[in-house]
This record gives sequence, C-alpha cells and structure tokens, in this order.
Amino acid sequence: MERITTSAADGGDARTAGRLRAFLERESTAGVVCALPFIIGFTMFLLIPMVLSLYYSFTDYSIVSGPVWVGARNYVTLLTGDPLFWQSLGVTVMFALVSVPLRLAFALAVAMLLARPTPLTGFFRVAFYMPSILGGSVAVAVLWRRMFAQDGVINAVLGMFGIESHFSWLGSPATAIWTLIALSVWQFGSAMIVFLAAIKQIPGDLYEAASMDGAGAWRQFRTITLPLLTPTIFFNLVMQAISGFLAFTQCYIITQGKPLNSTLFTMVYMYDTAFTYYQAGYASAMAWVMLLVIGVMTGILFVTKRFWVYDPDR
Amino acid sequence: MSMTRSHRRKAAAPKELLAPVRRPSSRLARLAYYILMVASSLLMLYPIIWMVFSSFKPTDQVFSTAGQLIPRQWTLANYTNGMKGFSGVPFWRFLVNSLIISALATVGTVLSSAIVAYALSRLRFRGRKLLFVLVLGTMMLPAQVLLVPQYLWYERLGWTNSYLPLIVPYWFAIQGFFVYLFMSFMNDIPRSFDEAAKLDGCSYYGIFFRVILPLVKPAVVTATIFSFMWRWDDFLSALMYVSDTEWYPASLALKLFTDPGTTSDYGAMIAMCCVSLVPSILIFAVFQKQLVQGSTSSGIKG
Repeated sequence: MERITTSAADGGDARTAGRLRAFLERESTAGVVCALPFIIGFTMFLLIPMVLSLYYSFTDYSIVSGPVWVGARNYVTLLTGDPLFWQSLGVTVMFALVSVPLRLAFALAVAMLLARPTPLTGFFRVAFYMPSILGGSVAVAVLWRRMFAQDGVINAVLGMFGIESHFSWLGSPATAIWTLIALSVWQFGSAMIVFLAAIKQIPGDLYEAASMDGAGAWRQFRTITLPLLTPTIFFNLVMQAISGFLAFTQCYIITQGKPLNSTLFTMVYMYDTAFTYYQAGYASAMAWVMLLVIGVMTGILFVTKRFWVYDPDR
Repeated sequence: MSMTRSHRRKAAAPKELLAPVRRPSSRLARLAYYILMVASSLLMLYPIIWMVFSSFKPTDQVFSTAGQLIPRQWTLANYTNGMKGFSGVPFWRFLVNSLIISALATVGTVLSSAIVAYALSRLRFRGRKLLFVLVLGTMMLPAQVLLVPQYLWYERLGWTNSYLPLIVPYWFAIQGFFVYLFMSFMNDIPRSFDEAAKLDGCSYYGIFFRVILPLVKPAVVTATIFSFMWRWDDFLSALMYVSDTEWYPASLALKLFTDPGTTSDYGAMIAMCCVSLVPSILIFAVFQKQLVQGSTSSGIKG
C-alpha cells in the first residue's frame, strides 16, 4: 500500500514537474521570466518609492517620527512661502539653460573641426573626450574647488599673463555659478563623440551635389549638416537638460550653495531639507514640483520639435 | 568613414568635377588650424595635467607655485601621506570598498540588463510593449528626484547603513540605458540563429546563454566599462547610505579631504584625487573604442 501511494505520488510529481517544465519553456512564459528582473526592480525601486513620495508629500514627516497627514500644506508653503525654493529653482534653471546649449554648441563646433581626419585627429579626440570621462568624479570636483580658490591655479595663471588677481571666484555671488557652468561645459566631449558619429553617417553625395551647385563650406553646413543633425541635437538636448536639472555632486562639493545661496541647486536644497532638517514630507513635495517642472520643460522641448527638428518621414 | 566617402566620390565623378570639392586649403589656414586645435587640446587637458604634476610637489608648494607646472623638487610624500587615510583607516581600504561596490553592482547590471533585453528584443509575450515603454521611461525619468522616498523605503527594508542600496537595485535592470544598449546589439542578430538553436532542442533560456549572450560580447564589454565607471564615481548614494568611515568608498573619502578641520594637507588631497582617477584613465586608455561605441549607440537615436 504504502509503496503504491509513494510511487503514485512520484508519478504525479513527475507529471507536475513535466507540465511545469513545458509551461516554463513556452515562449510567453520565458518572456515574462526573462523580463522579471526589470518587473521586480521597477516595482521595488522606482514605483513604490514614487507612490510613497506622493503620499509623503501630503504629510508632515520628520524621519524620526512617523508621517502625519497635513493635506496640501507642503505644496502651499512651497509655492507661496519659501523664497529659497524659488531661488534654488531659478539657479537650477539658469544653470541648465546656460550650460546645456553651451555644451552642445562646443560639442558641435569641435566635431565639425574634427570631421576631416588629419594626422593629429586621434590626439585631439582624446584631449576633448577625456574631460567628460573624468569630469563626473569627486576627484575633479575637489580639484575644481581648489583651482578656483583665491590661491588657486586660475589666479596664478592670470598672474602669469600679468593680470594680478586675488579674486575669489567661489566667494562672489556673481562668479560662483560660472565655475560650475564651466565645469559642465568642459565635459562636452561625449556629446562631441556622438555628433562626430552622426556627421559621418551623412551621405557624401549630398555634399557633392551641393558643391556642384556652388555652395560653400558654411552654406553646406547650414543646409546639409545642421538639418540632418537636428534629431541628434534634440535627443541630446532633452537628455542633458534633464540631467542638468538633477546636478548635485558638483554643487555639493564645490560650492555647497554658497555664497548667499547663489549656487544652491534644487537637488541640494532638497537633500538638505530631508537630511539636515529632517523634513521628509516637505522634501517629497519638492521632488514632485521638480518632476512637474522637468516634465513641463521636456514637454515644451517636444512641442518645439516640429519647428526645427528634421523628420525624414515628413 | 570619410575615407570611404572620398573613394566613392572618386569613383563616381570625373576628375574635373572634383576641383571645387577638394579645394586645397592654404598652408596658412592649415597652420592656423593646427595651432588652434593643439592650443585648445592642451587647455582642455590642463586641469588634469596640472593635478598630476602638482601631486609630486611638496605640499606647501602646491598652491604657492600653482602657476608653475613642473615641480621644482619632486617628492612622493603626498602619496605616502595620502595613503595613510583618515581616522586610522588607510586610503587603500577606501579604494577596495569602491572596487567591491562597483564590481558587484556592475556584474548585476550587465547580467540583468542583458536578459531583460533578450526578452524585449526576441520573445513575444503579453505586456512586452508596455515594458519597453517603461524601460525607455527609466532613461528619461529623473530617478534621483526620488532620493528621499527611496531612503525611507530602504530604511523600512532595513537596508540603510549597508551596501545593499548601492548594489541590490542594480541586479534588477533599473537603468534603461543598459537594456537599450543590449537591445540595439541583439536586434542585429539574425532570427535564423534562434530558430536553428530551437530546432536543435535548445530552450528559450538556452538560446540566451548559448547563442545570444556570446554574440553580444562587445555590448557586454561596453556595458561593463560604463557601469563600472559610473558606480566608481557614484557619490550621492554613498553619502546617504554609508556612515562608517571604514566602509567609505573612495568618492566619499575624497570629500573628507575638503571638509574644514579634517586636514589641510592639500598635497595629499591632490595625490589621492590622482589615485582615484586611475581606474577611469586606464579604462579610457584600453577601451576608448567601446566607450565611443557606447556613447554613440545610445546617443544618436532621435
């Protein structure tokens, strides 16, 4: 008896296992199984925090004690009673608005200069690309801070050219933000590499036809290269504008928002609000306003797309 | 590319038509071009070059002779002093911490992104389109905005004061960039490969491990170096989740050098900055081609 039941159970197990196997090996199952890491990761590390932050943004939550529902109070305070938030938003917008177009303009200009190969092009490419590989590191941020210090290399080099300077670049509200912009623009290399690759994909016959019609180099750039690059420019503009809004490390290490909050990025203000002043609810509301601002900005960019971005399907 | 372009042009057009295209630039213009490019290249690299040379200056001369590039006297003292680290923790310990975090997070990123990309690019299943949109969404979604709720969530999971938030999420393909990178490589592999393996009795999982993964080795290399460099440079999450000095990664330890009162040994600070950049510079030197490939394959798409 006992033996029979066991063997029957074994048979049942084997059949179930076989069916499970067949199920797992179906394409529709395999697809879900292989996509599972992303499904779990997206839920656990993005979706849940997002939902949580939406809830927290309507609470008074001081990390130490639990969240207490306060309705829209955080948003009202944020939008009407917190000049520092508006200042930080202004600084962030200004930073993104200046550094991203400058970065892309440099990237495009240098890519054009490097498009025709010369014996030294390899070296030039390394020199222009390297800063964007190293620029995001804390080491470079620390270096930048020392370079623009009163006894730093910038003033020393100015001194070599006869401009005696003890100017404090980081200490003056008018110039501090520009040291951060300079650091960002300095890293135009990766966009340049992207533009170079895109330029090389433009068919040569277009230039041939244009030059037969008597178009000079500038005209060829204006009428062929630039229009065909607009999809690439647009894509990089959107991505870099978003990351410009999220700048944190450079500001946190180089200026800490000083002087007089003239370099206080919204991300740094949000970090301080949550982890220095323990106002997690208020910081969450800030995050949602930030998301909204970034969303609106991206939306505006997409609306302008049809006016200046070349679309081969149209 | 432009080589082939000019070849094509030569083949297609009769010689006299080439004249306006191949206008020989004057020697003066070429000289001006080289001067401009060499000067701006050096200007671009100057901060890095300055940092490397300064690290060999005696620490009291780093700023008093900031305008001079070459040290008057060479010394390794900054390196030996810097390596002593902080509060009894030697600097190499921070480097090892960085290495552990970056390596574990990178292995997870590469494996999970590759298999998710396989599902999205090869397999038909319900919800695939939605997942693809979500993957693209994570590339656009400013995830750092979520740093506060993420912190509270990890705290609830009991993950704060550990490396878990710095490693575990990366095992779940949360960076759309890498999924997208793998997908663009996989889309180039002919379907007939999968079908042949299927006929040979390979399961869909077998196809991934035996057929697809070996064929996207270039993407594996590219994803590995990008992920490693980004994790190595990561500062914000270390700042939030690592609180014991001995567990600091190098990026966070460098920040200590700038804190007032910690140290005023600028020579050691600069020397350790140089040390912490070595992995990125090595990767750049060895894998420049893959870096370029990675930047372009995800940056050109309009």
